[in-house]
Amino acid sequence: MSTVDMGMPILIVDDYKTMLRIIRNLLKQLGFNNVDEATDGSAALQKLRDKEYHLVISDWNMEPMSGMQLLTEVRADTKLKELPFIMITAESKTENVIAAKEAGVSNYIVKPFNAATLKTKLSAVLGNF
Amino acid sequence: MAVAAVKEKIASQLQDLQKADGSIDPEEIVAIVESIVDSIEGDMSADGLKVYADIEALALYINTARAEIADLRPDDINDEHLPAATDELTAIVGATEQATNTIFEAVETIEALTEKMPDEVADQISQAVTSIFEACGFQDITGQRITKVVTALQKVEEKVEALLNAFGDDIKRSDRPKKEPEKRTTTPSGAPARPDEDLLNGPQMPDEAISQDDIDALFG
Repeated sequence: MSTVDMGMPILIVDDYKTMLRIIRNLLKQLGFNNVDEATDGSAALQKLRDKEYHLVISDWNMEPMSGMQLLTEVRADTKLKELPFIMITAESKTENVIAAKEAGVSNYIVKPFNAATLKTKLSAVLGNF
Repeated sequence: MAVAAVKEKIASQLQDLQKADGSIDPEEIVAIVESIVDSIEGDMSADGLKVYADIEALALYINTARAEIADLRPDDINDEHLPAATDELTAIVGATEQATNTIFEAVETIEALTEKMPDEVADQISQAVTSIFEACGFQDITGQRITKVVTALQKVEEKVEALLNAFGDDIKRSDRPKKEPEKRTTTPSGAPARPDEDLLNGPQMPDEAISQDDIDALFG
């Protein structure tokens, strides 16, 4: 039986509006409907401080604040440091993944990805659903 | 002119050349060569004649190279070719984004209609809709790849500009005003504009990227 709250608030962060739309729709296909959006790290950080989210799914390469900078800010914030944080990015070199892992990312998905991969990683972070 | 005075003049010219910050004017090199040639007086030995011939050939080579570069119209590269290529690439990103959004609109309409369909049909439609959303990720990837190409073109533009400055106004045949360079992602000193700039490699070619399985392995 699923222990995951499918109505949990999720924040998705990407500077490409098409990618935001893709992730939102794939999350909807998986049953998650409470999804907010931000188009860079600083806007996302503001939203995270204004409202309680249970998961962040963020791109890496964004201006002015990147996903990596957002992750660093989140992990340094006493109220947000335990927040599950998944990076979905085209940055696919080993050094990228290691840097993100060392910064405290919960899981890492390389673009392009599919719904099955997204579901697997969400399950790994949130539990099976 | 006394030998000492000639030596002093040539040494001074060479020192000025060394101080140039990467933009050496070929005219200065020619002037130095001419100073050396002018300093050669009286009967010359066989070695002296060879040095004279070599220096003359060097001066001729520099002038020929400058003329050939001028014929290539390097100013056109920065004035026309590179901006045109950048515009075309930007247009590709815009067109694919527009097309992708059109696909989204259509797919979301189809998905909304699944509520009125029998469950079995609705499930099949939903799976197909999911596949379309997954495939539309191409727009994000191609956009990032094209952005990398635009950045590379900007680097070429900088090098061409440096070449034009080095060879002086005589190879800038065009009277058109120069376009201001695009905003760079690095500081003038070459330092990264962001703390993680050195990690931003963008989408990798298939043989350079690691797989999702490799990433999963790193997470143990």
